[in-house]
Amino acid sequence: MPYSGKKGNALPGAIDRRKFLSYIGVAGTSAAVIAACSKNDNDNRPPAGSIDLGSGDIGILNYAYALEQLEAAFYTQVIASPFSGITANEQALLTDIRDHEVAHRDFFKAALGAKAIANLQVNFSAVNFGSRDSVLATAKAFEDLGVSAYNGAGQLLMDSNYLLLAGKIVSVEARHAALIRDLISNGTFADNTVIDANGLDLASKPADVLKAAAPFLKSVIFAGNLPAS
Amino acid sequence: MNIHNIITELEKVDPEVGDRLNSRRSAMKQFVSFSGRVALAALPFALGSMFKKAYGQSAPGIAGVLNYALTLEYLEAEYYTKGAASGVVPAGTPAVGAINTIRDHENAHVAFLKTALNSLGATPVAKPTFDFTAGGAFANVFTNYDTFLAVAQAFEDTGVRAYKGRAAELISNNAVLTAALQIHSVEARHASHIRQMRKARGANLKPWITGKDTGGIGAAVQPVYDGEELTTQAGVNITQFVSANAASESFDEPLSANQVLAIVDPFIV
Repeated sequence: MPYSGKKGNALPGAIDRRKFLSYIGVAGTSAAVIAACSKNDNDNRPPAGSIDLGSGDIGILNYAYALEQLEAAFYTQVIASPFSGITANEQALLTDIRDHEVAHRDFFKAALGAKAIANLQVNFSAVNFGSRDSVLATAKAFEDLGVSAYNGAGQLLMDSNYLLLAGKIVSVEARHAALIRDLISNGTFADNTVIDANGLDLASKPADVLKAAAPFLKSVIFAGNLPAS
Repeated sequence: MNIHNIITELEKVDPEVGDRLNSRRSAMKQFVSFSGRVALAALPFALGSMFKKAYGQSAPGIAGVLNYALTLEYLEAEYYTKGAASGVVPAGTPAVGAINTIRDHENAHVAFLKTALNSLGATPVAKPTFDFTAGGAFANVFTNYDTFLAVAQAFEDTGVRAYKGRAAELISNNAVLTAALQIHSVEARHASHIRQMRKARGANLKPWITGKDTGGIGAAVQPVYDGEELTTQAGVNITQFVSANAASESFDEPLSANQVLAIVDPFIV
């Protein structure tokens, strides 16, 4: 099982639930408020060799594009080398998910045009693609991460058209997350590892999401110019 | 949450906002100290409450959206509460746990939205009286398990589209917007599972919405799915990347308030 408990992590670098809570309650500490209030001056220099997501709404769209690249690459590999004992039903569902992630990835690339970041190099050395458990645990981590990323990024967008687009995608990611969770253990589609006592799903800020994604990327992503609020 | 920017924006429309809030410095201090005292559930709405003190009223637009959401959550909460108590869900199956989980989330959403509205100084709307048979269209909703799941699917898929359709109206309030998004994705998880439950009963559908297909429920719920067949997003034709089915599945579409109210109207006495 990928989760050992409420605060268990499926993967190295996966997001700690307490970080989500501290993010939601960001107003709870003065230090966090001050950090959130710092104006983004767009003068942060990305380290040599890293990929700068950029600033403003374009930066957030590139952030989403980066995550969709990761998911699309993962499911492309899952379908190219199906795990041992995969059922026809699982194959069909995972093929659909691959197509959805490819659609998301290619949509962002087309919509961003010249402002799109480069193609990312992925690193799936920690995934055993022959193992159902390994593939589904990774899929679950990616889908829950994607949901939390979009939920946390909505407030960083200025343009309501982009907010709507993000909303159109995040609910599909949530449908994926629920399905993957049910494939692992039926009935865990929205269990208390992701939904809190108020019935709210996870929301996470880009720095935490990218930290969780980093072990699966050879490319180094620089998010220092993203809006902070 | 960028309170400096929010106050800057307010200054554009109300040059005296600084006086109302007794200077930015004290506004910030008031905000921080206030946030420290309230429970986690109420935290996102501390800001709205502070502005209410300054203006003597809450932002009506945001409260309107939250009351709209509350109405839909009342509908879902009562539906699953009654459904779980009715015996329509086969005892001794995993379905019982799933429906109870969803019931608990919907009731939590009701409580959360009420708290949020109160924090904003707005009055939560009263719970309507519901008729889950929709005037007889679903007469056996609490005696026939397949009907129960079909109506549940329609409610969940409607809920996803409803939140999506009004998120833009919350863009000025980061905390409320984020909370709404956090409910939105829970509804999508529910929709995914309910659709899988129907599939396990022999219905032909997937966890996601293909075209404007109702998953075999039929014309009674067609307005829940109309518009979902869209395959062009922001001017980009998605069928150049994947099949038309996948193109429609990969983006869920919003519904306007009027469209949603027309869908739920038959369930409200």
